[in-house]
Amino acid sequence: MKIAERMLLSGNEAVALAALRSGVNLGVGYPGTPSTEILETLGEIGGRAQWSPNEKVALEVALGVSFSGGRALATMKHVGLNVAADPLFTAAYTGVDSALVIVSADDPGMASSQNEQDNRRYAEAAGLPMIEPADSQEAYDFFMQAVKLSERWNIPVLFRLTTRICHSKTVVQCDGATMPAATPAFRRDIKGRVMIPGYARLAHRRLRSKLAAISEWNEEGELSETVLHDRSLGIITSGVCAMHVREAAPRASMLKLGLTYPLPMRQIAEFIQNVERCVVVEEGDPFLVDAIRAAGLKIDSKSESFRFGELNSERVRLILQGEEEPDAVPRKPGKPPQLCPGCPHRNVFQILHDMDCIVSGDIGCYTLGVMPPFEAMDTCVCMGASLGVGLGLRHSLPADEARRVVSVIGDSTFIHSGITGLVEMVYNPPATGHVVLILDNGTTAMTGLQEHPATGRTLDHHRTRQVSMERLAESIGLDSVEVVEPGAMEPALTAALARNDLSLIIVRRPCVLAAGKIRQYEKAIAEDAACASCAE
Amino acid sequence: MNDIVTNVVFAGLGGQGVLKASDIMAEAAFESGFDVKKAEIHGMSQRGGSVTSDVRFGERVYSPMAPVGGADFLVVLSEDQIEINQHYLAPSGKLLSENDLRDVKLPHPKSGNVALLGILSTYLNLDESIWLDAIRANLPEKIHAVNLEAFALGRSLNGAR
Ligand SMILES: Cc1ncc(C[n+]2csc(CCOP(=O)(O)OP(=O)(O)O)c2C)c(N)n1
Ligand code: SF4
Repeated sequence: MKIAERMLLSGNEAVALAALRSGVNLGVGYPGTPSTEILETLGEIGGRAQWSPNEKVALEVALGVSFSGGRALATMKHVGLNVAADPLFTAAYTGVDSALVIVSADDPGMASSQNEQDNRRYAEAAGLPMIEPADSQEAYDFFMQAVKLSERWNIPVLFRLTTRICHSKTVVQCDGATMPAATPAFRRDIKGRVMIPGYARLAHRRLRSKLAAISEWNEEGELSETVLHDRSLGIITSGVCAMHVREAAPRASMLKLGLTYPLPMRQIAEFIQNVERCVVVEEGDPFLVDAIRAAGLKIDSKSESFRFGELNSERVRLILQGEEEPDAVPRKPGKPPQLCPGCPHRNVFQILHDMDCIVSGDIGCYTLGVMPPFEAMDTCVCMGASLGVGLGLRHSLPADEARRVVSVIGDSTFIHSGITGLVEMVYNPPATGHVVLILDNGTTAMTGLQEHPATGRTLDHHRTRQVSMERLAESIGLDSVEVVEPGAMEPALTAALARNDLSLIIVRRPCVLAAGKIRQYEKAIAEDAACASCAE
Repeated sequence: MNDIVTNVVFAGLGGQGVLKASDIMAEAAFESGFDVKKAEIHGMSQRGGSVTSDVRFGERVYSPMAPVGGADFLVVLSEDQIEINQHYLAPSGKLLSENDLRDVKLPHPKSGNVALLGILSTYLNLDESIWLDAIRANLPEKIHAVNLEAFALGRSLNGAR
């Protein structure tokens, strides 16, 4: 390779650049730490990128693009793939025409997530190849490989990053080469893409034979790296763990896997034979361990207590020594985050606290309303759950307690997965009615101030049609829909709780970090509009 | 090839410029031709919680995270964050903190991060011009002057001590 460029990039930036250079026609997704910057960067460097209302829609849009013969990228955090799981499993059957790469950004250690699920499990469950880069260089190189693999076998490819890949900056060197663009054109393939049982049965068989072929290709080792040093210890690993391994045991032999589903089991068996003791080092679930053991091969693994949290070179050292416990000395936790001074959510949670409401909460900055001094959140499970969980509480609690239940959800979260909850509310109203608060701060603050359909601006902050949450709610058939400032919320909430009907209160005031930016975007939009009218 | 890696851990609270400082450090090392890895945990950091960021550089760096007990420098922007990050520091490592700036008047209250980089720079063998370029590349133009001043101030401090 002729090195034309040497750059210091985060994994997310490397993926965005590789997507641009591999001719991705459209990147779609929903924000979620640690994946968010991929689409933001893709947009900035000249690619086409869009936020969807949620991950399921994003993946479906991406699938449509690749059915059309265009290349598509869908990005999301690990829990986003749960939302997109329905199209995911059947897209494995339909396959794709041009490349479809799905980035799953996992968060072992939960730097900013509600769970630490290991999405390698999805690869096996859905039957999709999974690629795992170990740093930004590999994020760049392997992304190009993912595009090729997707087009060679006409199959969506899962591209698994973790927080330490997404948000670590490492050196990327490349020749700057680009792939020839795909040219979309419709090709009819009814049996391939209409998944009625008769066609899907055939599609399932096709999927399994593609996976068998990919597994054979994986045996050739294009994406694996074998280092044979000291034969007394061999380590099988993947992703960022490979870097911790290099550091913790520089003299050990290592098999680093780049394509972790379907696994190259012959290559693995050969490596195990070449070393005296073989240890699998992986973060999270025993994914490699279970698969390798199921193949009848003998390996050592970490103890169960290392399943929690992320790995680092010290922990890898402990695993290699066969230690049971991850840390000798428990560390003091840092200072937890808090709602910013002046944050509009502060008012709301003070009132919910003072009124002693039972708060069915949701995910966003406002989840920090659970922290002192407010401690005004009683449940928080996943995006959108505030509606359903609140209704369940209302259905089942005694009336005097049911009347205290309030569902609290952010604007971006409402668009993501709150709308169906509102439909449920009018379809199966609890006897005491219900009250929903949408905390509309005009942005997706939690993940760094992204636009969403109710802001009326696109990913790159240009004007688009605006979804009106109040008109939407009215059309669904609630009894009362009000829009108030945080300062005027208390009387509105008191009145709504006293009625046995279905109320929505939209508490509207911009996030203090976003307010200035929103003014700038709107100013730029107004200036553009003025220019356009001049030109006419 | 030698396997010496310099480890710098930056710590502080969200909004203090921890990540900016580590970006500038990483870029200076990168432009000096080193292999560099920089790790950070962000996401909720805007909201005033603890933030750390590791910068590691040398001929070849593997893990992006500085080893516990292996930091050559711990640069802390908020005194109350020293205790929880002390374990990163190597026995021979150097702690640089707000306290080192107590006798000076910063050109801007928010330029403490860059002033500490100034002190740090006197321990690292990287060209001053590379530092200055890295500062310019990572900050908006309208605050270049104050930050270059803060850097120069930090750089003058170590010599005086
Ligand atoms: C399925 C899923 N996708 C993405 C996320 C990441 N995430 C958590 S909350 C949130 C949106 C927050 O925006 P909003 O509801 O407007 O509240 P705010 O942070 O602005 O207060 C996002 C994108 C997630 N937790 N789960
Ligand atoms: S970022 Fe915005 S919404 Fe989040 S805590 Fe700060 S002011 Fe509130």
